[in-house]
Amino acid sequence: MAKGKVVREFGDDVSTDIIYPGRFMATVLPTETPQFAFADDAEFNKMLKAKEVAPGSFIVAGKNFGCGSSREQAASCIKGYDFTVIARHYARIFLQNSINVGLDMVICPAIEAAEGDELEVAAGKVLNHTSGKSFPIEPLPKARQAIIDAGGLIPYTRRLLLERAGR
Amino acid sequence: MAMTYVQKLLARACGKREVAVGDVLEPPVHLAMSHENAALVLNQFNEIFQGTGREAKVWDPDRIAIIFDHRVPAESSKTASNQKKVREFVGQQGIRKFHDIRGDVGGICHQILPENGYVKPGSVVVGTDSHTTTHGALGAFAFGIGATEMASVWTLGNILNVEVPGTIKVVVNGRFRESVYPKDLILHLIGTLTAEGANFKVIEFHGEAIRGMETSGRLVLCNMTVEAGATAGLVPPDEETRSYLRDEAGLKEIPEFFGPDGSAVYDHVVEIDAARLEPQIACPHAVDNVKGIGAVAGKKVHQIVVGSCTNGRLDDLEIAAKILKGKRVADGTRMLVFPASWRIYHQAMDRGYLRDLMEAGAVVCNPGCGPCLGIHQGALGDGETALATTNRNFKGRMGNPTAEVYLSSTAVAAASAITGVITDPREVH
Ligand code: SF4
Repeated sequence: MAKGKVVREFGDDVSTDIIYPGRFMATVLPTETPQFAFADDAEFNKMLKAKEVAPGSFIVAGKNFGCGSSREQAASCIKGYDFTVIARHYARIFLQNSINVGLDMVICPAIEAAEGDELEVAAGKVLNHTSGKSFPIEPLPKARQAIIDAGGLIPYTRRLLLERAGR
Repeated sequence: MAMTYVQKLLARACGKREVAVGDVLEPPVHLAMSHENAALVLNQFNEIFQGTGREAKVWDPDRIAIIFDHRVPAESSKTASNQKKVREFVGQQGIRKFHDIRGDVGGICHQILPENGYVKPGSVVVGTDSHTTTHGALGAFAFGIGATEMASVWTLGNILNVEVPGTIKVVVNGRFRESVYPKDLILHLIGTLTAEGANFKVIEFHGEAIRGMETSGRLVLCNMTVEAGATAGLVPPDEETRSYLRDEAGLKEIPEFFGPDGSAVYDHVVEIDAARLEPQIACPHAVDNVKGIGAVAGKKVHQIVVGSCTNGRLDDLEIAAKILKGKRVADGTRMLVFPASWRIYHQAMDRGYLRDLMEAGAVVCNPGCGPCLGIHQGALGDGETALATTNRNFKGRMGNPTAEVYLSSTAVAAASAITGVITDPREVH
């Protein structure tokens, strides 16, 4: 299970315009979106592009993370860096997009962590090794697990397509 | 079991007698809409078919709509190339509900769908755009999804993992006062519910003020329900819906209407007296940061934007033209007008609204998303302030993270264009 440092801590209502500004929306392919992740947060974007942040790191946020647009780039750009997102809660479309593209994400309604803290996602909880506290994880909405287990919505749909064709 | 409107709709769509909140369904999709982001959808779609030995064919080309609106005409070679790819795909797949960059049938997706009769009451509509909630104004269950999910819909024809949402009932009684509009109502509601207050739920609208409201106003309400986090907004269809579908959308066959059960169970009920509302403003940088106009009147504005899928309809252009006719946009302030579709543009041209606006100094741009998301036209300078009739004011929304965006009704925007500061329309005559 994931273990690493918190690279960025956000408050509530982080919009998709913050995660992936609209002016980069002409770039769509998951292989190309990571360069524009958090583009208006110049310092963070520079760290990301310079590969100063280790894969397996965490982004921690408050409530309603990913609110706003349905742009899937907001999920694929974070996935490109192989981070796990831990938020108190998510906006619906962002949550679904993250599951669909296979971004690791955790719903942790009481999470408390600061930048630099060492976190670990264990069974049913997030451990903050720096503060010594632990916080329960809320399970994802039901019926999403099948998509996660299949490795994302593309392989899941492919399987359904073949199953239905075989009927 | 008594059911809310969305429960009834989903039960019918899935051929069930009843569904309960939380049930997981895979409803068939009646209409699947995308805009330029169809470029990503088709990429994911082709990937689904990879290695299956099957030809990549959409499940039903007649149930797919594609509208170019976000960057029209293309602002870059990259966009133009994406649009080219989509155009080729549309041809190969035989998709006919395709609205290319044209001065007759083009426009913003959330106006093109209703005005062409693509949305029917009781149907399930998904779109790769968060403001797909707009179409709930016609009694459809319409919501935004991501591109990969749309690729799955194009493949299978249904949408996986829909949990029957709980419903917030909003009852609006009373009559709007002069210079108060549906936009003020929805801003007030978002301020009350907060940006996440309706997360994973739908909002069902009722009451005398809704029954007396034209479809154009209901489209404004449902458009912005997503700003309170709602999956969808819904207005159960009525006689107004019937006349819109017949007269505006040109539908010959109108499906039978149904409404929620009288004893349906709601998560909670919000009651609003329309007669008590005054013009509302959403302040930077959150749509739920809503204040009465008195709190921000006098604030200097550099750019006024009237338009978008929220307030770019004929009634908006009429309101703006009436306020600006014979007046002048203030020096130091620029005004941009974006009709929501070319049909509206032509109507506004015939009625002289566009001339009134241009003679006052407004720049009338082509229908499209333009400055609404700041990727194409009308970007803001460092530290500038905009007042827009659009639906989002997040940091960076109009292309500049150091700028500020306020949201209002068309009347407030037009009145403020004359003075150059945020102005109560009741004070301009
Ligand atoms: S006008 Fe704005 S909110 Fe509406 S579809 Fe276009 S970008 Fe989205």
